[in-house]
Amino acid sequence: MSENKPSWWQRLSSGLKRTSASIGGAIADLVTKRKLDAGMIEELEEALIRADLGIDVAGRIAAAVGHGRYDKQIAPEEVKAILAAEVEKVLAPVAQPLTIGAARPFVVLVVGVNGSGKTTTIGKLSAKFRGEGHAVMIAAGDTFRAAAIEQLKIWGQRTGAPVVASEPGADAASLAFEALTKAREQGIGVLLVDTAGRLQNKTALMGELEKIVRVIKKVDVTAPHAVLLVLDATVGQNALGQVDAFLKTAGVTGLAMTKLDGTARGGILVAIAAKYQLPVHFIGVGEGVDDLAPFEARDFARAIAGLE
Amino acid sequence: MFESLSDKLGGILDRLTRRGALSAADVDTALREVRRALLEADVALDVTTAFVAKVRERAVGVDVIKSVTPGQMVVKIVHDTLVDTLGEGIGIDLNAPTPVPIMMVGLQGSGKTTTTAKLGKRLTERNTLKVLMASLDVRRPAAMEQLAVLGRQVGVDTLPVVEGQQPAQIAQRAIQAGKLGGYDVVLLDTAGRITLDDAMMAEAAEVKRAADPHEVLLVADALTGQDAVNLARSFDERVGLTGIVLTRADGDGRGGAALSMRAVTGKPIKLIGTGEQMDALDDFHPSRIADRILGMGDIVSLVEKAAATIDAEKAMRAAEKMRRGAFDLADLRDQLTQMQAMGGMSGLMGMLPGVAKMKSQLAERNLDDKVLKRQMAIIDSMTPKERRNPDLLKASRKRRIAAGSGTSPEEINKLLKMHRTMADMMKAMGSGKRGGPMAGIANMLGMGGMGGGGAMPSPEQMAELAKKMPGGMPNMPGLPSGGGLPKLPGLGGGGGLPGLPGLGGPKLPHGFPGLGKKK
Repeated sequence: MSENKPSWWQRLSSGLKRTSASIGGAIADLVTKRKLDAGMIEELEEALIRADLGIDVAGRIAAAVGHGRYDKQIAPEEVKAILAAEVEKVLAPVAQPLTIGAARPFVVLVVGVNGSGKTTTIGKLSAKFRGEGHAVMIAAGDTFRAAAIEQLKIWGQRTGAPVVASEPGADAASLAFEALTKAREQGIGVLLVDTAGRLQNKTALMGELEKIVRVIKKVDVTAPHAVLLVLDATVGQNALGQVDAFLKTAGVTGLAMTKLDGTARGGILVAIAAKYQLPVHFIGVGEGVDDLAPFEARDFARAIAGLE
Repeated sequence: MFESLSDKLGGILDRLTRRGALSAADVDTALREVRRALLEADVALDVTTAFVAKVRERAVGVDVIKSVTPGQMVVKIVHDTLVDTLGEGIGIDLNAPTPVPIMMVGLQGSGKTTTTAKLGKRLTERNTLKVLMASLDVRRPAAMEQLAVLGRQVGVDTLPVVEGQQPAQIAQRAIQAGKLGGYDVVLLDTAGRITLDDAMMAEAAEVKRAADPHEVLLVADALTGQDAVNLARSFDERVGLTGIVLTRADGDGRGGAALSMRAVTGKPIKLIGTGEQMDALDDFHPSRIADRILGMGDIVSLVEKAAATIDAEKAMRAAEKMRRGAFDLADLRDQLTQMQAMGGMSGLMGMLPGVAKMKSQLAERNLDDKVLKRQMAIIDSMTPKERRNPDLLKASRKRRIAAGSGTSPEEINKLLKMHRTMADMMKAMGSGKRGGPMAGIANMLGMGGMGGGGAMPSPEQMAELAKKMPGGMPNMPGLPSGGGLPKLPGLGGGGGLPGLPGLGGPKLPHGFPGLGKKK
């Protein structure tokens, strides 16, 4: 735990408290009862499966915990520490902040399935980048969902970022084009492009997303400079499919996980990290405008393992 | 949404059915794989464990190992257990004094507002009720605006927004307005939270006290992972649910959440959201879903859909023509239109037994419904004479048609080949040949003898059918290379479609007496 950001730590651990409570409880239960044996490892694996780590990763981590420790008396705290260390091993390489590069405007395209929290995340990102002194512009590219544009305009007002929008039902790609052109003219530092939510198995909608990327490249071939896939913490194994599809279509460069203050465990991040090694930039731990925190592997791993 | 689970389970059980005798160890191995498949489909761990235990118990009980077809027996047990776990299909209950209040609860981003509007539209159009919708979401920016916009889109009234009111007050105002305005149903769209927190539950409970809703529906995302059980359980404990609406069931999630939530709350899944369009809200049929999960297809849904969309008279005419072997390109054009009306190729394929795998191959190869459109364009670019007599089509005519339809002569050839195989096959069927895999379907669908008022296909029949059809349906006429799918146009013929026109015939209602009751 680091002293310089107690509020963030507090938020994360309270967000993950259910995870920790259940895993921690499970560990305490099983370890105080008996020695480390196959049955115990299995229970540990089950606790990890319940946290959405997925059957493979859960099995691997549980096995790693057991490695060389069979038939030894082991304290619950010790198991937690080992578990945290194993989870951290997977997560550490992917914990990377989103750095605004030299390009102006630096274009961040935000994608994801419906209801994952794209629009809200854009609002929070806008506040964050404004706070860092960037001139921010938002492109309201979700032209499909009713009132999405209004929602984003409210976020724009709250965070002092101009919002480029057109009519509902308009072509999202041409809107992105217009926004980027405008951002260039006005010397904007960061352009956040919202997109409509789409399920990754809808070929037509994914094609539309591809078009948005293509059109953005017409203005600036290096753009989008970051493509952020927003994942909902409650999502299960399907998130792997989402990462795969959005990676192929939009060239995702990093992840943001939202709604981590729910009961959801967010353990799927571990599975994604193990499989795709994609950077995890942010986690959303609340509904407030500043409830967007950089992802810290150590904190996350310790919280998952139930260490205070 | 259940395809991947279906693929997995289908594969596991397939291996089992192929073996003659089963040892206890075989069953154990299969069940371990079933467990894994369920976990990967996001079925909650406890539910999975209970499910596998139940299957094992039943399997031992009926002495699978000694039965004549042990594999089939296990499949049947898994099927029955799935149906049990998914529960019965129960619709929205409106049997209460008007206006009937229906309250929607759920987490943020689960699709409450969209579902509310879909439900409003459905009740208005299908049940011809007068519906009022009210948004109680005073937190999310523009949430109330969203419902108002959707209300205008679907033609359902929404409660005018009054700034500064609390959710419970709005609920009371909505009920009041419902009474005064003579509404039959009042839909209350509550605010979601990111998290299952006390404030949300307290607010929901307060709204429930104020409105005394007849139905409290939990709107939940089909993509939810292990957390689905917490979600459903907490809402049920704190607010008291009467049912569940599963959204995003058109994603490629594996539907484990459905099994989990039903199992832990015992509350029925009443509706599933199946698309972004406002009418994409369907009844939930557990036994059909179970069939689909096991890769047995969903013939009943297919037949219903056919009955609802196919022009009976046209279908009769086409069927008659087929029997005489005079099936021309204009008839094919009608069939393609019907296919499109029934949800296109992928929609249909998903419902056919044993085709789940093909469906994913279809998606991979991007063989979507554009193909249907292209084929229709080709036929549209022909003269009536050419449609009646495709033999006329020589190179120069083909070039003209290709130019007219924006396709290539090659594609036209494929279409012609498909038409020819279809026509031949139909002729064969019409002249009473009953052998081959198609005959089974044809009989079942009432094409062949319209089988004396037969009942719906039983699971056993379905399994039988599934057995006839797996492996990319190599024997199907119309699939040119047999080897699995690659040449596209043949699919239109291969998908069992030729049998369809007969469905719309007037005999259908008698042939499937059970259909009406399942609503």
